[in-house]
Amino acid sequence: MITWRVPRLFRPLLNGLNIGKAQPCKVAEHSQAPATLQPERSFSSTHWLRDVPRDPSSAERVTVHFINRDGEKLTAVAKEGESLLDVVVNQNLGIDGFGACEGTLACSTCHLIFERDVFQKLDAISDEEMDMLDLAYGLSDTSRLGCQVCVKKSMDGLTVQVPMEVSDLRRQLEVGKQSKQ
Amino acid sequence: VVRLGPRLAEVCAEWPRSSWRPVGQARRPLSTSERVPRICIVGSGPAGFYTAQHLLKHHKLARVDIYEKLPVPFGLVRFGVAPDHPEVKNVINTFTQTAQSDRCSYYGNVTVGKDVTVEELQQAYHAVVLSYGAEDNRILGIPGENLSGVYSARAFVGWYNGLPENRDLKPDLSSKTVLVLGQGNVALDVARILLTPLDLLRKTDITEGSLAAIASSKVKRVWLVGRRGPLQVAFTIKELREMVNLPGARPILDPADFAGLRDAIKDVPRPRKRLTELMIKTALEKPGEKEAKIWASATREWGLKFLRSPLEILPTADGKRARGIRMAVTRLEGSGESATAVPTGEVEELECGLILSSIGYRSLPLGSSVPFDRKHGIIPNHLGRVQGVPGLYCSGWVKRGPTGVIITTMNDSFDTAQSVLEDLQAGMLNVSNTKEGFESVRSILQSRGVHPVSFSDWEKIDAAEVARGQLAGKPREKIVDPQEMLQLIGH
Repeated sequence: MITWRVPRLFRPLLNGLNIGKAQPCKVAEHSQAPATLQPERSFSSTHWLRDVPRDPSSAERVTVHFINRDGEKLTAVAKEGESLLDVVVNQNLGIDGFGACEGTLACSTCHLIFERDVFQKLDAISDEEMDMLDLAYGLSDTSRLGCQVCVKKSMDGLTVQVPMEVSDLRRQLEVGKQSKQ
Repeated sequence: VVRLGPRLAEVCAEWPRSSWRPVGQARRPLSTSERVPRICIVGSGPAGFYTAQHLLKHHKLARVDIYEKLPVPFGLVRFGVAPDHPEVKNVINTFTQTAQSDRCSYYGNVTVGKDVTVEELQQAYHAVVLSYGAEDNRILGIPGENLSGVYSARAFVGWYNGLPENRDLKPDLSSKTVLVLGQGNVALDVARILLTPLDLLRKTDITEGSLAAIASSKVKRVWLVGRRGPLQVAFTIKELREMVNLPGARPILDPADFAGLRDAIKDVPRPRKRLTELMIKTALEKPGEKEAKIWASATREWGLKFLRSPLEILPTADGKRARGIRMAVTRLEGSGESATAVPTGEVEELECGLILSSIGYRSLPLGSSVPFDRKHGIIPNHLGRVQGVPGLYCSGWVKRGPTGVIITTMNDSFDTAQSVLEDLQAGMLNVSNTKEGFESVRSILQSRGVHPVSFSDWEKIDAAEVARGQLAGKPREKIVDPQEMLQLIGH
């Protein structure tokens, strides 16, 4: 488990154009972390360190599978209301470079590909999300940004694909081999 | 020399050394130093850090040292990303983690090529990765380019972002009209910084000096001029949307530029289509309620001019400053990304006192021992392996050319790291030949009077910047003088 020691380096500029748009998922009430970016907040990363309780008796547990770029299946038990980016971060799943901008719709590194029937049931995509998704590698018509998709109970057993980002197809196999050394 | 207990000594005698794989803790005393790859990365921007990250994650023993010519790390994340885009800078958090990890060290204030050569680094490390980016800009190559009032967008961005070499730029902002040559995201950035209401800029990490200059700026209108048409703009939709919604500013788009374009984009890929649709909508349709309000009370303007290629920057009567620009009117040959602009013979002149050339960054060669392709401005390489120089690699803009956002550089850096890992695995980097890494370099630097800045030194500078910023209601107040930085850390 990586210790996320995040120095107080940066505070977000929360001008009128940015408030709220990056955090669509509401965390359950009994969570200890603030749920959404507030204008008074000074940490850009506190929302990132979702202090979501792992107590099974509180909010619903949802199993999610991520198929990594090397084909390995990473399984996580998520909490309803977390974003898929939160799941990857909180459970320290080994997906290289995932979530560079920490869920603020300033990159496309949390790009995920969904099964069609699941994709169609997701909450509507905003212009801001689509703007960033447009820059993603391997964009498909069932692509979304993980930081904008909230885990719901109905997603139990969901499988998502982490798109191939590396430019040379031969690399697919090497990436897998290297990390298993 | 390690003394082994009798049973262990027996076991070791039986097993050939080459089959040992250290397991468990990293601090086993047996032979680990012989098998530890020592890798050096030149440049501490996103390319350097992502390359380091990938190497450290996928090799359990490798030690990575990151060198940087400035005292402070992070390259374009600190000096290129606009002050009003703090979310993009969140990557600094992951880079900080990497720098703080056991097997990574940061050495700032060391200029590779001057304080230590690439050859000396190759003696000290098993692999050297060049990730030093693009510190220069492309030249227009037209008369008047060196007149006062003409700047590269790169220098202008460096100025408001506190890049030490640009701190004395003192751009003249007394002109009402500014011309930006180029239609990429950097062009939009400079236009936006020139036109953003001061009370928004004040809360960012823009430098105090540039904020004061912008506060007394007379700039009212910014044109972004491109040689080709709307379908060839290089900026992306998020940044265009920001301009369209910029408080206090109104867009000036000529409807004639967008006639017939809706049909032309029917079958283009979604990113280009949406981007063009936003331009068309802004140019041709009545604004929505939100935009209408902003535009009605706007005191500033920005616009896009297409099919204009700069011929000459025109001087004032005393020949010292820019007063305007003469441009060739062009037409397009071909279509899409590969369309070219061909002069029609017509010429147009525009008056303006400030011209920012935003036609691309440019990498510089490092020295005679590193091959450089001057035509393309990159180090010739195959999958990050520098051509003809075993053990030398490159990543980021110096490898691919100076375009792309952070994700582009991330993927590219992972690719280069992958090449290094493959070469390690295939035995091409001879790790059993012990290298001393920074231990060799330390004495070289000492003999040359160079004092490296450590990551914890940077953290002191960082803390000071944040503290000063707090007094002004900003995320940080950047220190722009390297001497001041060094004094702060007691160098």
